Amino acid sequence: MNKKIARKADTWILDGNRAAAQGAKLSRVQVIAAYPITPQSPVTERLSEFVEKRELDAQYIAVESEHSALAVCTSASMVGARTFTATSSHGLAYMHEMLHWAAGARLPVVLACVNRAIGAPWNVLNDQQDSVSQRDTGWIQVYARNNQEILDSIIQAYRIAESIYVPVMVCYDGYVLSHTEMPVDVPSQEAVDRFLPRYKPHTILDPANPKNYNLVTLANPRINAEGVLCHGYMELRYLLQEALQNSRETIVKVGQEFGELFGRSYASMFWEDRLDDADVVIVAMGSLAMEAIVAADMLREGGHKVGVLGLRVFRPFPKAELARALEKSRLVVIFDKNISYGLEGATCSEIKSALYGSPARAVIRDFIVGLGGRDVKAREMADAVKRSLLSVNEGDLNREYAEWICAI
Amino acid sequence: MGTRDCQHICDESSPAVGEAGKTGEWRDSFPVIDQEKCLPARQNKPSCFLCWLYCPDAVVSRTIPIRIDMEYCKGCGICAQICPVHAISMANEAGFCRDKTD
Amino acid sequence: MPNGYVLFEGDYAMKTTAVNITEKEYLLPGNRTCPGCALSLAYRYILKALEGQVIVTVPASCLTVLHGMYPVTSVTVPCVNTPFATTAASATGLVAGLKALGKEGLTVLAVAGDGGTHDIGIQALSAAAERQTDFLYICYDNEGYMNTGNQRSGSTPLGAISGTTPIVGKQQNQKDIAAIMEAHGIPYVATANASYPLDLYEKVRKAKMIRGTRFIHVFVPCSPGWGFPFSETIKIGRLAVETGWVILYEVEDGVFRLTSASESIAEKSNLKPLREYLVEQGRFKNITEEQIGILQRWVNARWKRCLDRAGDSQS
Ligand SMILES: Cc1ncc(C[n+]2csc(CCOP(=O)(O)OP(=O)(O)O)c2C)c(N)n1
Ligand code: SF4
Ligand code: SF4
Ligand code: SF4
Ligand SMILES: [Mg+2]
Repeated sequence: MNKKIARKADTWILDGNRAAAQGAKLSRVQVIAAYPITPQSPVTERLSEFVEKRELDAQYIAVESEHSALAVCTSASMVGARTFTATSSHGLAYMHEMLHWAAGARLPVVLACVNRAIGAPWNVLNDQQDSVSQRDTGWIQVYARNNQEILDSIIQAYRIAESIYVPVMVCYDGYVLSHTEMPVDVPSQEAVDRFLPRYKPHTILDPANPKNYNLVTLANPRINAEGVLCHGYMELRYLLQEALQNSRETIVKVGQEFGELFGRSYASMFWEDRLDDADVVIVAMGSLAMEAIVAADMLREGGHKVGVLGLRVFRPFPKAELARALEKSRLVVIFDKNISYGLEGATCSEIKSALYGSPARAVIRDFIVGLGGRDVKAREMADAVKRSLLSVNEGDLNREYAEWICAI
Repeated sequence: MGTRDCQHICDESSPAVGEAGKTGEWRDSFPVIDQEKCLPARQNKPSCFLCWLYCPDAVVSRTIPIRIDMEYCKGCGICAQICPVHAISMANEAGFCRDKTD
Repeated sequence: MPNGYVLFEGDYAMKTTAVNITEKEYLLPGNRTCPGCALSLAYRYILKALEGQVIVTVPASCLTVLHGMYPVTSVTVPCVNTPFATTAASATGLVAGLKALGKEGLTVLAVAGDGGTHDIGIQALSAAAERQTDFLYICYDNEGYMNTGNQRSGSTPLGAISGTTPIVGKQQNQKDIAAIMEAHGIPYVATANASYPLDLYEKVRKAKMIRGTRFIHVFVPCSPGWGFPFSETIKIGRLAVETGWVILYEVEDGVFRLTSASESIAEKSNLKPLREYLVEQGRFKNITEEQIGILQRWVNARWKRCLDRAGDSQS
């Protein structure tokens, strides 16, 4: 056994990439197609190792590009195989066309995205620009805060994806999680098998019953040979949106069942920390939500009533729950590891739209942080919250753009 | 009149003749077979069938005598070109015979 | 059964003819291709040869149009449409999925145009061949991007007018995709032509029995794209072979063999001048004498190479 994986009972010491590979293995994936990119490469290596050692009965396809990786997965998924891929940054961008295609064809592919900055210029370090830029492709997006959540989320991702036929992207921060070792509870294969039934495809590829998929589809509904009025392009798009709208129910239910079986519940779209009495709420996504808890501790020591909301599911975006959770807060301070150029951080925009029309009346501040691996310290986050409080108390309520925590 | 009865969640298509409609309507000329000349008909045994072989739209039958499904024949004239004994000629839809070309 | 009427039983000793070739069709009448479409004709025989025991994957192209529009298809075999660049990757996924599920006995067939093969799909194709993926890849070559209205591709010939070479014609000649694929060391590479459907049929039958990556290049004249009357489709395809623009051959485990009309042209040494082929097509209306000369020399050189190779494998 690899020395780095020290085994204590069921708790292993795993970095995020190993946790992801373990999650895929425990999910008994049947076809894996991936292309190496920093910091995701170890995922491809671990999975190849599992397959070569016959610890995992799967087809590992060493493709020549990420575009092909996802094309392999979509077609294998249509045949009825459970498929997995992993990528980062430029790789995810390169997949863009196929991301749309997988969701459009309603294929339950699971993808691990190791969040990394996008060039130019080259930068291999962490931010969330890569996956946030893909938010409109029809994928469910889940963000992990630590390595345990990476493993758990991948297993849950298959349950979710295969019950509603929507692909799921499990995102985790490059280096911060991918290359950082932590104790991770690795469930037994039997337990995972109990949790995760076999994949039943909705597609039929059988010469005895020949169906064609993804043909040209007209704008308007069209009658088939049996006289049934079938969807037009727009109805198919509506069904995808409907599936994502309704998916929060599945996500929460699956998360709850997972908790019952494994003792770690994921029965919510976001993590809450001390929101009950908070009049200031820090919002962050991924590992940054952990840093935010440390910042909140500091602020609480200074007498501020601060809570943390860690976004777990970014798509579907939990509008109603969020509006409820932020109803009592006076100030919401958002930290975004991404920027929608010309506007602000993506989670800030989403939260603003969630609050519009709700009773929540919080002032909102957005900070762009941590791009291209820039360290984000809890102290800086706490200071940013204090600055925000001060300016709000001085009557400065609306800011046109986000503030950047950088040296300019 | 919605599409809820359609059970598809993605576009799943099934085979049927005439997906593009009655493609015979695209024609500006149509093949006319002279069974007196046509080899299988004349010999009353399977032979030749080159028009069947070369029809891009699979609308010629490999029978004696051969038949053409005029509902879907697009009138391309390949069968007339290919026939070794000039048993097929193309007539325009107004009914006049066009000159045969070799 | 009438006298002399023999059903095809996969017996290679018996010559396949229009009379005995399988009657079953997998391509239904009333499809969306143009009248006289050589792709439609070629596809008829490709599917016949595989007896419907296939899963097909098809990228954006005229073949997508042939396959139909949701919820109706003109083809009675299962098919996965896939984005333009991904044909061979999609086939890889089908192969891997079938293997993972332990399903055997189906041929995974990828069919793409020249744009989808020579140009945008070559990366995925080359990689799938290098991985020795067990599938049959057929490139039908109408020497241009016809689905988008006839723009130049990596297969458009020198001197041909297209939507993106509208006035002076293309200034470069096509690339030899069959040679490129042969350089991958795959077990079977063949060229074919819709005007010789029985030769195409035999090659697909043979390819079906071989394991590993198999590649067939099928030349399909295109009346609207090339500017000739659609009744002449077969004639143009034959002229291409008779002038050596297309050479019908197969390379099985490295052994080269001329087939069909190319074989008899070699025997009789009666290659026609390329000009006879060019003058029949509107797309060459502005071709210069110099360009015709370049093309003729290109044809001569390739023809000689093929004759040499055919001689080598016989001796
Ligand atoms: C990524 C991408 N770029 C461009 C297109 C537009 N497109 C669709 S088909 C096609 C040309 C197809 O040419 P070819 O492969 O030769 O097939 P043909 O249409 O000639 O049969 C193009 C450019 C596309 N579908 N996808
Ligand atoms: S090609 Fe001519 S002779 Fe041959 S079967 Fe057809 S019509 Fe008859
Ligand atoms: S005209 Fe064309 S489509 Fe009609 S039967 Fe002849 S070959 Fe077939
Ligand atoms: S454009 Fe050419 S290849 Fe495409 S359908 Fe028409 S004839 Fe066939
Ligand atoms: Mg083309």
